[in-house]
Formats: sequence, structure tokens, C-alpha cells
Amino acid sequence: MSETDLTKLPINTLLDRSDQMSSTAVAMHRLSLWLASPRPYLMMIGFGLFLGFWYLSVEVWKLPRFAEMPGLTTVVSEWLSKNPIYGLSIFVDEYYLHIWVSIRRIAIAFFLATAIGVPLGLFLGWSKRFKQFVFPVFELLRPIPPLAWVPLAIVMFHGSETPVIFLTFLASFYATALNTMLGVQSIDISYVRAASCLGAKRWQIFRHIIVPGALPFIFTGLQISVGVAWFSLVAGEMVSGQYGLGYVINTSYTMVRYPTIIIGMVTLGIVGYVTSAMVRVLGDYMMQWRTRELALGGER
Amino acid sequence: MNPTSASVAVSALPGGAIPAQAARTGKVRIIDAVKYYGAAGTGVLAVDHCTFEVPAGEITVVVGPSGCGKTTLLNAIAGFHSLSSGSIYLDDEMLCGPGKLKAEPGPDRIVVFQNGALFPWKTNIENITFGPMMQGRLTRAEAYEKARDMMADAGLRGIENNYPGEISSGVRRRVEIVRALMNDPKILLLDEPYRALDSLTKSVMHEALLEIFYKNRVTIFFITHDLEEAIFLGHRVVIMTTRPCRPKKILDIDIPHPRDYSVLTTKRFREFMDETAAAVHEEATKAFAAGEKER
Repeated sequence: MSETDLTKLPINTLLDRSDQMSSTAVAMHRLSLWLASPRPYLMMIGFGLFLGFWYLSVEVWKLPRFAEMPGLTTVVSEWLSKNPIYGLSIFVDEYYLHIWVSIRRIAIAFFLATAIGVPLGLFLGWSKRFKQFVFPVFELLRPIPPLAWVPLAIVMFHGSETPVIFLTFLASFYATALNTMLGVQSIDISYVRAASCLGAKRWQIFRHIIVPGALPFIFTGLQISVGVAWFSLVAGEMVSGQYGLGYVINTSYTMVRYPTIIIGMVTLGIVGYVTSAMVRVLGDYMMQWRTRELALGGER
Repeated sequence: MNPTSASVAVSALPGGAIPAQAARTGKVRIIDAVKYYGAAGTGVLAVDHCTFEVPAGEITVVVGPSGCGKTTLLNAIAGFHSLSSGSIYLDDEMLCGPGKLKAEPGPDRIVVFQNGALFPWKTNIENITFGPMMQGRLTRAEAYEKARDMMADAGLRGIENNYPGEISSGVRRRVEIVRALMNDPKILLLDEPYRALDSLTKSVMHEALLEIFYKNRVTIFFITHDLEEAIFLGHRVVIMTTRPCRPKKILDIDIPHPRDYSVLTTKRFREFMDETAAAVHEEATKAFAAGEKER
């Protein structure tokens, strides 16, 4: 019977270790791994090259096309100035108002796009009949760029806020719904069959197989969605709108405040990166199984 | 599962005598089954007037060349596909037949899939408790308790809260079989479950499967294209023709159970291999030639 006893030993003592480590310890461990790898240094070199090119081409070499551009030092000193020449820096309250207004619009539009797009995508993938009558309309509307909706949005909605949110919502919505649908269609039929073998009813299959099975695609969709949301937000803010980073860029252009344009752009880059990182972190949190699988494969 | 029958099967009965109290259910009769894909005239005949029986409490292995239609047969029993005609009975209850060509999938016939179908988003214990909890047969606490017992019994202690992606493919198959057994199925339908495993893991898996079988005496319907695997595991081996599939030869393997890997080197095993190798090879050649033609 010694043979049977052997098989009864815990076969995964190695994996138990990770369960005992606290999350801060894991985070610290990852940070030290990151610092020990060449990645942060290569990243710094990349930034250095980019900023160096900007500085040299505009302010030192004064290359033909670049001479008119605001230089690196001009932008940075304006951005960090307590008394900005053109009125916008990190010490001005209005700067944060613009950021806040843009983020608020993104949040509302992204929330609506997710709340409507995910269920729609799930049903499109799940029910053939539903897809047959909804998808053709969807496919016809989808190629219309959000900017083409600008006039209609302004006519349809009052004020300056709702049209911008509507435009932002549109782009996000298509990305989310389409990816969710693809996610459902990507689920291996064996999972659905296994669940029905195990006695799951149709709605139980939907809840336990379809939704979690589509989750990786849903989060890919949300990553794209939050990216295109910023894209059409800025377009919308340039056309209508009172505040916001797109508005800053557009008015600074008409009022010839070139450094402020760059401040607006850089801010967009940072805020956009943060929002998509937030979506990624949420995805990792909701898909522990995937994170752990990838971690085991050494891909993370 | 049942502690008394388990200990009896493993320790008290040498020579593979079947415990008398073991439930002898799970007999499957396939009668004149035909499956035709596509429109008449242009379609493909996958299963051609197939008739044979899967005896209760035994392992029946179906061997045939890849793509011969043996999985179609399994899918008809499981209720994933309909038959074109014919009927299938499980313990004298009609699963599918005239008037109802597609069976309902259910926990009395559980499939273990070719590439494995543990839900990667559920932990191993969540996978194992899935069946009884979906059916509402057990409460969460009961299901978890039963799952822990069964996992310990199958040598799977310590991985309850890991995800299937974190364990090796061999262990995954064992978890999947435990997930099936949690439902006390009448028959297990195994669709080339060890196809993707390397030969060393495979041999361990074979013995593990036999051990599970001796404990539970659940009827097993096993599909493979590996003749050695078939003879090693099966009480009965059904050799199929190439597409359309039909039993070519049915053998009762009289090598006594419980078996272990020493069986592979016995004279009787070799005799069975010799007896069947020619038939299987002939069908494989036909399948290959047909493949060449279709191209």
C-alpha cells in the first residue's frame, strides 16, 4: 500500500509558497526584480533619446521645421512655473479643472459604454437569432467615425456637455461590444458541453462559462475602449465644450499659446496612460486565474 | 467515493474479483446507429449501421483511425449531436432513438474531453464541486467536503485552491475525472483523454485510471487510436473501420483485472496485439488512402 500513500502526498508543495506570501511582499519582490532587470534603464534611455532629440532639434540646431515649435525647456519651465506666461501650469487651479472635466466625461462615457456594450456583446455572441437581427445594423453604424456624428450630436443633445459625452461613448461602445462578442465566440465549445454534462442549465452556463470565458476579450475591448474614448473626447472637446484638455489645446492654438498646447498634449498622454493602466489592473484582479497562469509561464 | 467498496476493491479482493455490492449500471446499447453529416448525396456518412454493447461495470475501448467517426458516436451518447437513425439505450432507458434523435446531456453520462475541459477560471475545487452545485444536489459545504475527500483519495491533496493552469496536464486529467465522479455518473465517456500526454505520463495515467475504476466500478467508454492502450485498459475492445465507422472486430480481453504495467510484457497481451494489429493497420491504411483521394 506504500504506493497509494505516495500519491496521497500533497503534490504541489512548491505552489503553496506563493499563497503564503503577502501581497506587499509580492509587490516588493516584483519591484526588486524589475530594478534588477535591464528594463527600467532601457526605458530611461528611450525617454532620454526622445527628449534629447526634441531639445536639440528645436533649441540647439533650430532645424527648419522645428524652429517654430515650443522647445523642451520652454515647455517644462512654463509647466512648472508658479507664474505661467500663458496661464496654465501645475500651480494653476484651472489646469486641474480641465483635467477633472475631461476625466469626468471619460468616466461617464466609459461607464455607459461598458454597461451597455458588455451585455450587448454577450448576447450577440450567445444568441444566434439576436445576432442575426442586431448585428447587421451594428456593422453598418460601426464604420461611421465618431467625428461624423458631431453635427447630429449637437442637434440631438442640448448644452455642450452631453454631445461630447455622446461622441466619447460611441467610439468606446463599439470597441467594447465587438470584443465582447468575439470573446463569447472564442470560448471552446468543450467548456459549454462539459457544463451541460455536469447538469448546468442554460442561464447557469451563461453565468459560469460564457461571462468568465469572455472576460479576457472583454478586457482587451475595454483597453481599446478607454484609448479610443480619449481619442474622440479630444475631438469632441475641440468642436464643442467649455473645459477639458481638448478644449485647452484648441483654444491655445487659436490664441497662439504654443507651450500650452504641448502641456495639454503631455497631460493627455499621462492621464490616458493612467486610465488604461487602471483598466489593466482591474482586469488582472478579476482574472486571477490568468495572471497566475501567465506568471507561472514566466511571461510576467 | 464509497469508502467500503474502495477498500474492498483495493485490498481485500486479490485477482480482480468485482465487489458484489457494486452497482452494475451504465450498460449502453447502440443499435443500428447511423450518422450522416450534410445534405443527402453530398454529405458524409460518419457512422454506418453501428451496433454493439457497452457492458455495465466494465471498460469498453473503441479503437479506430483518426477521424473515423468514433467521437461522433460518443457525442451521440453524451447528447451533443443527434443521430440520423438508430437508437441508443442506457440501462434500458432510451437516450435517443426514433422520434427523439438527440439525447439530453446529463450528469449520468459525463464526458472527459480530448484536450481537457476544466474551466480555467475556476479553481480545482470549484471545478470539482461544479456539477452537484449546479444541479442543486448538494449544499456548498457538503459539496466541498465531498470534493476534499475525493481529491485526497485520488492523491490530489494540496491543489484545491490552485487553478488548472497551475498544475501539470497529467494532474489536470485526474482532476477532470474526479469532477466527473463527483456526480456518481452511470458511465464515463472518455474521448482520447491521454492523446496529448507524453508516453511516460500516459502510463502513469493508465494505472491511475484503473485504480479509480477498481474503486468506483463505474462503466467506462473509452475512445482511442492507440491499440496498446486499448488492450491494456479494456475488458472489451471494439475495433472500428475507417469512415464510415462500424465495428470491424469485437474482442473480449480475458487478461484478469486488476492489471498493472507488467501486463504489457505477458504472452497473452502480445497475442491480443498480434491478433488485432493487422486489422487496425488495414483500417489505418484505408483511412490514409482515403485522405489522399480526398485531397
